[in-house]
Amino acid sequence: MTPALARLRAWLGPHLNTGIIAILCVIVSIVVPICNAVVPESSALHVPDFFVTVIGKLTCYAIVAVAMDLVWGYAGILSLCHALFFALGGYAMGMYLMRSIGKQGMYASDLPDFMVFLDWKELPWYWYGFDHFWFAALMALLVPGVIAYVFGFFAFRSRIGGVYFSIVTQALTFAAMLLFFRNATGFGGNNGLTDFKRILGYPLREPSTRAVLCALAGAGLALAYALCRAVVGSRAGRVLTAMRDVEPKVRFCGYDTVRYKLFAWTLSAVLCGFAGALYVPQVGIINPSEMQPSSSVEIAIWVAVGGRGTLAGAAIGALLVNGLKSWLTAAFPAAWLYVLGTLFVVVTLAMPGGIMQLIGMGPRAWNVLSRFRTPGVKVDASVVGSPSSAPPPAVTLVDDKASSASAGGAAGS
Amino acid sequence: MAALGGFAQLSGDDVAHAVRALGESGDPRAIRVLKALRDAELYVDDASHVLIRDKNGAMVDALSGAPVPASGHAATINNEIRRVLDTLIARLELKSPDPDERLEAVGELARRSNEEDAPAMRDALEHEKVRSVRRALVSALAEGDLASEDPKRRLGAVEAIEEAGALGLAPKLAALTTAPAEPDPAVRAAASRTISSLHRKQIFVDGAADVLYGMSTGSILLLSALGLAITFGLMRVINMAHGELVMIGAYATYATQVFFHEHLPVHESLYLVAAVPVALVASMLVGALLEVAVIRFLYGRPLETLLATYGLSLLLIQIVRSIFGAQNVLVENPPWLSGGTELFEDVVIPYNRMAVVVFTAVVVAFVAFVLRGTPLGLRVRAVTQNRPMAACMGISTARVDTWTFALGCGVGGLGGVALSQLGNVGPELGQGVIVDSFLVVVLGGVGKIAGSVVAAFGLGILNKVLEPIAGAVLGKIVVLLAVILVIQKRPQGLFAPRGRSVEAV
Amino acid sequence: MRKWLGVAVACAQLINVACSKEEPPKPAEETKAAPSSSAAMKPAAPTSNTIKVGILHSLSGTMAISETSLRDVALMTIDEINAKGGLLGKKLEAVVVDPASNWPLFAEKARELLQKDGVAVVFGCWTSVSRKSVLPVFEELNGLLFYPVQYEGEESSYNVFYTGAAPNQQAIPAVEYLMSEKGGGAKRFVLLGTDYVYPRTTNKILRYFLHSKNVSDDDIKEEYTPFGHSDYQTIVAEIKKFAQGKRTTVISTINGDSNVPFYKELANQGLKAQDIPVVAFSVGEEELRGIDTKPLLGHLAAWNYFMSIDTPQNKAFIAEWKDYVKAQNLPGGDKRVTNDPMEATYIGMHMWAQAVEQAGTTDVDAVRQAAGYQTFMSPSGFNISLDAKNHHLHKPVFIGEVQANGQFQIVWKTEGPIRAQAWSPFIPESSKKVADWTYPWVCGNCTEPKYATSDAVAKR
Repeated sequence: MTPALARLRAWLGPHLNTGIIAILCVIVSIVVPICNAVVPESSALHVPDFFVTVIGKLTCYAIVAVAMDLVWGYAGILSLCHALFFALGGYAMGMYLMRSIGKQGMYASDLPDFMVFLDWKELPWYWYGFDHFWFAALMALLVPGVIAYVFGFFAFRSRIGGVYFSIVTQALTFAAMLLFFRNATGFGGNNGLTDFKRILGYPLREPSTRAVLCALAGAGLALAYALCRAVVGSRAGRVLTAMRDVEPKVRFCGYDTVRYKLFAWTLSAVLCGFAGALYVPQVGIINPSEMQPSSSVEIAIWVAVGGRGTLAGAAIGALLVNGLKSWLTAAFPAAWLYVLGTLFVVVTLAMPGGIMQLIGMGPRAWNVLSRFRTPGVKVDASVVGSPSSAPPPAVTLVDDKASSASAGGAAGS
Repeated sequence: MAALGGFAQLSGDDVAHAVRALGESGDPRAIRVLKALRDAELYVDDASHVLIRDKNGAMVDALSGAPVPASGHAATINNEIRRVLDTLIARLELKSPDPDERLEAVGELARRSNEEDAPAMRDALEHEKVRSVRRALVSALAEGDLASEDPKRRLGAVEAIEEAGALGLAPKLAALTTAPAEPDPAVRAAASRTISSLHRKQIFVDGAADVLYGMSTGSILLLSALGLAITFGLMRVINMAHGELVMIGAYATYATQVFFHEHLPVHESLYLVAAVPVALVASMLVGALLEVAVIRFLYGRPLETLLATYGLSLLLIQIVRSIFGAQNVLVENPPWLSGGTELFEDVVIPYNRMAVVVFTAVVVAFVAFVLRGTPLGLRVRAVTQNRPMAACMGISTARVDTWTFALGCGVGGLGGVALSQLGNVGPELGQGVIVDSFLVVVLGGVGKIAGSVVAAFGLGILNKVLEPIAGAVLGKIVVLLAVILVIQKRPQGLFAPRGRSVEAV
Repeated sequence: MRKWLGVAVACAQLINVACSKEEPPKPAEETKAAPSSSAAMKPAAPTSNTIKVGILHSLSGTMAISETSLRDVALMTIDEINAKGGLLGKKLEAVVVDPASNWPLFAEKARELLQKDGVAVVFGCWTSVSRKSVLPVFEELNGLLFYPVQYEGEESSYNVFYTGAAPNQQAIPAVEYLMSEKGGGAKRFVLLGTDYVYPRTTNKILRYFLHSKNVSDDDIKEEYTPFGHSDYQTIVAEIKKFAQGKRTTVISTINGDSNVPFYKELANQGLKAQDIPVVAFSVGEEELRGIDTKPLLGHLAAWNYFMSIDTPQNKAFIAEWKDYVKAQNLPGGDKRVTNDPMEATYIGMHMWAQAVEQAGTTDVDAVRQAAGYQTFMSPSGFNISLDAKNHHLHKPVFIGEVQANGQFQIVWKTEGPIRAQAWSPFIPESSKKVADWTYPWVCGNCTEPKYATSDAVAKR
């Protein structure tokens, strides 16, 4: 395995992350749909229908993970409300899909079924416009973006950071979840939006529609990655990374840190909304349990498993963790939580660089992460991924525990 | 006492018939039998003898009171019979020598408001000497008198209601304030006056109720958050598995109860007292294990502790599910925590909630004592304030960390003991408390245990004030948004130290 | 270019292998937990000599609390059928998956069961949202789902058999009982529920029903709490105030987990069952295991089955369950109980087995045709039938009072099974709707038949 990977790595050169994403996107948006739709069923290369949906779903998660990595891996903001942005995008698309059912619902009414159910006589104002795909698509990006912008503006201005920011965003998600659970809010309550029929006129139950959606998800991942890569490669990206490491210094240098953070944060939220909009037509349901506080924690875990601050690693982490979940819940229905739980603990303890570190492709960005950790951790250069780019140990206070841990490679990053 | 034969029958109608016959028999032994039936202490053996199980669990014959060795099956009753029983017992107890029983009987009869009981109550009023019982009788009779033909009696009734402050009768009084319904102007005036005085009382009672209920809600928030205030607040470990430690405390309570049930049935009601140290130790052990195995490798990386402890919480939930099953387990309130006391009219504070408030105070005092008054506390504070310096002074920071983390977890386990008395005990118990706990700690100011106390009670009371206005769901949402706004204003919580340390997390 | 393609294909194969289930046999502990599911690992083969049965119940997450027992009872019934020689000369083989209380995962797992494992039938779901989530999948792939839980009605799918109660088989008889002299003659009603679709719809139907019984809106109080709500101080105090003056009853559609705090608060604030009875539609024996029953004595529940029903069939059912629990060493041991959804799963699986025997095949269309006319002697002691028209079971209704031993004392029951009303006549929008999957209707929610009858043609 390792020599093959080494050769692959050498071949791909410095654009490793981009290469990984490119391969992934080609598989998802070209190989899988073709193997599903064109390759005959008897062939060994045929991809079954249900697998296409699973791949499409996982790819949407990968987009979210990339977006999360942008704010967490590069800007050092651990958000626990990305699931909210994802769900908001999903709801916007779900509202369009609900409206496009038309009179084919249970009650053959012009209103969505759940409104008929609750005795609503007319469409609430916030449903106006969702008859049009372009409007819903716009809202899927705008609503998470605006909420993120407003929330971020006040939070960053007040210099809420680190753990505080995480907890406050968690409270925001929780409040939103409770709000969406209310039937009176007008988004279908606990059942959410479901029983979709078609998108832009194409029936959703057709395998070909789903294959196209899967391909779109792959293209979406490519787009999201390209955007994020452009941002982190730009001057703004370097400012973000600097801020992640020592924010006050950057501020004292005259940078308006709030603006940079706000930009990355809002972009990340918009990408989550985009992923949510792609996700809903494929899984056929959106409901408030997507906003559970634990869903947001899981997004962070995908990123951590793949490798923080690498973008491609985040995508791989999302695919791996969710793929594992899909497989284990069928193969080991009684024991899968043990496997997943152990994985999370082991990854955090033994592989702070995630899978990207494991396969020896630790990113340069990773090495500086040690700086934004609290003083007290000794940096052990020997376990840093690429020795050429290892910074000198910035922090010299020695903690008795951390040094013992570094023997196991835990504190090395 | 031939009526006792009816209890041997299985049919509900026969039992109902027997109950009525017994109540009207005038036999002095009747009340004991009826009460036993109501409290499910009445048994029928195979030979149709009616037996009563006394307080010690021994069987005695219902008629002779002589101990009987035989056992039988419990006489089953349904709500229909319970309603008849309550009225009959109340009527009999109206003549009881014990004033408490008389008071209870009056309350019971007033609640039923049967026309036919009015003469008996008037009768009782004439002989009644005890003031509280008199007052209860007067207001119980007042409701019936409001409909009386005699304006004097109506006026008397209105005044009695005002004096007794019977809030429940305000709607009935409202009918007496308008002209055609009430011809007598004096009664009308008295009725309006009474209504406004009742209204004032209502506002006061509602406010007091909100505060009391809020204290109770707040104390639960505090108990589940207090442990987190140590592990998160002092050690900066974002312990997502904290809820699971609360759950372990609750399961420890369950295990203690099972142990008492099987090995010490005589002292079963005391299991809760024993559960406190058991839960503390169990959670501390698990906490220490987690610290040694996982957490200690993650100090200084708060955001990564979040991820690892999330994995741990999944593991702990699944382990508990495998051992105890996915279903909730049964944790009983001991008898001394069942029921409640009426502080104001319609404001009943259950004993278990009062106990939780008191318990919270004790736990807060315990934590304060450990941190302020013991050598361990001194070391904990030293290490959390300046780790390298503490290490230089010869403190084994590793050991102190283990102890501190275990202490935080143990306090979480104590929260579990309290929660087991109020709600479910199941594998998912911890998931319900974790978000609120973090909010309390962050709102109070990380590292400030006193801040957590204020934040918990503040949130509890705010929640209870909002709930009647906005409903349970919106109320909770508003509280969450309020917390977010407060943190925008004071990013380090309500009681954060101001100054340069603000940047460090 | 060739290199690229090669890499891509290799990766596709990698992913394919990683996600397929062609894996070595699972470890021993897994076999213990789900003994009949070992074949879940093998690929579907058309010539296999087993019949696959999918079991789609959450084993983790918030719903595990209720659904795990249904998995167990389904596996028990499969063992029972296998012990009698299986079906059509083949053994049944359970395919257990864990949708983890995650609704999109329910849909994904349903698709996997139908397309990848090729199961003949699926027994599963508990919450309405999980059913709504899998419904399009079953309709698209023409699968067969047996849904065992009481629900809000307003649905009839060609691909689903509903073995739980519709509102008219549970809620309405219970309210009628409470209004009767025997039940306490309630005049005022508190409709208290968790805020989701089942309580909302049930309460909507009940409100219309109460209006039809001349109960005015002033005497109805509707209140909803969020999921997992555990603080009922204010609500109980309000119920107490509301109850002054008229005989009041509480109709509770509170979801499982909130029940313990609710009943504890009720008892501790001194509300007694004989004064303000609470009738619950979601509290059964399984839930009572986690509740201290002393304060609950006399409160009511309405179900189509109680463990305390005294019939030979029920005794056999309970004995079989206890033996199974012991043999499999399931958590909880001899404290495990039977309840209504478990009975519904048991009946559903037997009805399906009978239909397969009768049809001589597991083909979904044939089995569906046959299933509609099956009858089965249920543990509740009634010979109940599966309605060919609306795909619901005819069910008897029992009302029980909670007893100290965690069981229910039956205080009222219907004379015989009641036919389900998939569409409630009390909701104006649905009162005209008909669920009838037989000719000439062939429709789950139509106001007129899909096909013209011969009479109509003759008239024309």
